[in-house]
Amino acid sequence: MRERTERCVVTFRTTAGAMAMEGACREAGLPGRLIPVPRAVTAGCGMCWAAPPEARRALEELVVKKHLDADGIYAIII
Amino acid sequence: MIYLDNAATTRPKPPGVTEAVSEAMQSYGNSGRGVHEDALSAARTVYGVRQKLAEWFGCPRADHVAFAPNSTAALNIVIGGLLGPGDHVISTDWEHNSVLRPLYRLRDRGMGLDFLPADRQGRLDYGGLEGLLRPHTKAVVCTHASNLTGDLADLARVGAFARAHRLLFILDASQTAGTFPIDMEARNIDVVCFTGHKSLLGPQGTGGLCVREGVDIRPCLVGGTGVQSFLESQPEEWPTRLEAGTLNSHGIAGLGAALEYLERTGRDAVRAHECGLARRFYEAVRGLPGVKVYGDFSAAERAPIVTLNIGGLDSSEVSDELAERFGIATRPGAHCAPRLHRALGTAEQGAVRFSWGWANTEEETDAAAEAVCVLAAEARR
Repeated sequence: MRERTERCVVTFRTTAGAMAMEGACREAGLPGRLIPVPRAVTAGCGMCWAAPPEARRALEELVVKKHLDADGIYAIII
Repeated sequence: MIYLDNAATTRPKPPGVTEAVSEAMQSYGNSGRGVHEDALSAARTVYGVRQKLAEWFGCPRADHVAFAPNSTAALNIVIGGLLGPGDHVISTDWEHNSVLRPLYRLRDRGMGLDFLPADRQGRLDYGGLEGLLRPHTKAVVCTHASNLTGDLADLARVGAFARAHRLLFILDASQTAGTFPIDMEARNIDVVCFTGHKSLLGPQGTGGLCVREGVDIRPCLVGGTGVQSFLESQPEEWPTRLEAGTLNSHGIAGLGAALEYLERTGRDAVRAHECGLARRFYEAVRGLPGVKVYGDFSAAERAPIVTLNIGGLDSSEVSDELAERFGIATRPGAHCAPRLHRALGTAEQGAVRFSWGWANTEEETDAAAEAVCVLAAEARR
C-alpha cells in the first residue's frame, strides 16, 4: 500500500455533484482527483475529491463561487 | 427507402453517434458506481450531456436534468410526481397519448381535467384558457408541437397564462427538443420532457426531463442510486431522486455525440433545412385535387411535418402504397393523437404523415410529392 499523507477531501451527496466539482477544478486548474470515499469520513456519494492540503482554501472558494453541491470538506490522513 | 418518418424516430443518426455508443459499450463502467477510470468515463459523459441539455433549455442547474428512457417515461414521472386527486389540470387536444394516458389515469382517481379544444382545422383558441381555470387548477400540460400536424403551440401565451395564475407549466418537447429554441426561463416553463431519438438525433432509449429549481417531483421509481446506500428512502438530491437504477450511459454517449453534431452544424441550420423541405413538399401537394393537408401553414414556424389524406382513401392503404411502390416511408393511422384526429374528423380514415430529418434531400422531397401526385390522380379515376 502507498504511504499515507494528509489530503484535503471534499464530499458530495450525488455523482452529479462530484462531476461538477471535477469539471470546475479542471477548468480552474486546481489539483486533485476523484477517489472512493475513505471510511474516515461519511458521505452520501461514493466518490470524493482528494487534493493536497494546501489547496483547501482554493477549493473552498471554488465551491462557494460555483455553487457546487459539496457535502463536507475534511483534512484527513489517507 | 426514402425515409420520411422522422417524427417517429430520426433515421439515420448523424456521424459520430453510432461510434460513440459502440465506444461506450466497449469502455464504460457504470456511472456513479465506483471511482475507477471506466466508471468515471461514463459519469463524465452523462454529466456533460446534462450540462449541454440544461444550457439548451435555459435551465441554470445541470443537476436538474434527469434522464429517463424516453418522453413517455419522463411524462409519467412528472405527471405522477406532481399531480394527483384533488388537483385540476388543463391540457390540449393536441396531446399525444404519452401525455393523455397519464392524465386520464389520474382523472380516474379523482383529478380534474379539461382540454383546450382544437377546431376543425386543428387550431387551438388560446382565449379559451381562462375559461378552463378552476380554483384548484395546478398545472398546464401541453406539447410544443403537434406530432400529427406539426403546428407549434404558442409557448409565450401558455407560459404567460401559467405565470399569471401561478400554475405549473409542463412541456412535452418530444418533437422539438434540440432543433427548436426552448427557454424555460423566458417562457415560464417548469418542466421540459424530451426524448433523445427524435429531434435530438440520438439513440432510442434516451430522454428525460429538465426541471426548474424548486419544483418538487415525487420519485416514481426508487432503488439503487450508487449514493446514500444506508438511507431507506430514495435520496432527495437532484438528479438522483428521479434516477433509480443504472443509467443508459451507452445511449447517453450517443446522445452526446448527436448534440455535438447539432452544435457543429448549427441547430438553426438543421431546423431550417428540415422545415424548408417540409414547406417545399407542402407547396407541391397542397393544390392537388383530392389532397387534403391538415394543420396551419400560415404560421412561419412549424415542425417539419406534413400530414394529408387523398380523397377518402384509407391512410394505411396510401402509406403502404407509398412504401411498396415508391419506396417512401411514412406513418399512417392515428399517431397516438386521438383527440386531434377527432377534431380534424380523421378518426376513421387516419392520415398519412410525412416528416423530415437532417439527412433528407430536395430530391427525396420532390419524389415524395410526385408519388402523392400519382396516387391522387389514380384516386380520381
